[in-house]
Amino acid sequence: MGVELYLVISTIMLCAGIYGFLIRKNTLAMLISVELILNAADINFAVFNKFLFPNQLEGHFFTLFAIGIVAAETAIAIAIIINIYRNVQSLDVDKIDKMKH
Amino acid sequence: MDITLQNVVFIIVAIFISVFSVLTVTTKKIMRSVTYLLFVLLGTAAIYFLLGYTFLGAVQIMVYAGGVVVLLVFSIFLTKADENLNIGIKIKKVLPILLTVLIGGGLIFFIIFTHNFLPMASTDAIEELNMKTIGFALVGGGKNQYILPFEAIGVLLLACIIGGLLIARKR
Repeated sequence: MGVELYLVISTIMLCAGIYGFLIRKNTLAMLISVELILNAADINFAVFNKFLFPNQLEGHFFTLFAIGIVAAETAIAIAIIINIYRNVQSLDVDKIDKMKH
Repeated sequence: MDITLQNVVFIIVAIFISVFSVLTVTTKKIMRSVTYLLFVLLGTAAIYFLLGYTFLGAVQIMVYAGGVVVLLVFSIFLTKADENLNIGIKIKKVLPILLTVLIGGGLIFFIIFTHNFLPMASTDAIEELNMKTIGFALVGGGKNQYILPFEAIGVLLLACIIGGLLIARKR
């Protein structure tokens, strides 16, 4: 069982995330897709660390810090989304155009 | 690939993750989407456990399943997000996006399977990463030790708390 099989999983996850990010109109659904993309990257770090450099821990710690940063990013993003909802009464990205004109 | 317990578990986890990550972005209700995302994140934790990174798997479950998903569910309850997610998506828009994703994914698969990776470590007996090693590496200041990012992420989380309060408070 090689490194390729793990990379296949993370590629499927990444492609699903990109598809969702491009096709969804709801900001919360887009945020969920971003979580998928970040998670795929995290898997790659851990897998490369384990299979190609088993005596070091760089990938392990990079994943650890990435998880912390993702938590911070999600908290801020949800604060912004709720604030937008309070002003626009909608989560649809097509309706968020107050600052356009 | 011979049939060992590890391979069987890996295949089950792989199918689980693939199915649920596709369902996450195609389902109609946002509540279901978050639930499928939770399953994907738990599957990722299972992969970390399979690799022997048990601490990482525990962190993944705590932060994602315990923090991020709960945050998402709360924000869904706070907003009116119960309409159909797939409404207003036309086939004319789906096709180019699907094509982009499929071509990109095919390219990545091509690179993965034609690239010669470095000689790989044996995966027959993956041993668990020692907790003591992680602890010393996380709060040590020497080479290959990570006290600086550890402190930086603490400051980042503090800034995140203050920023979140400032953005979301009522005026």
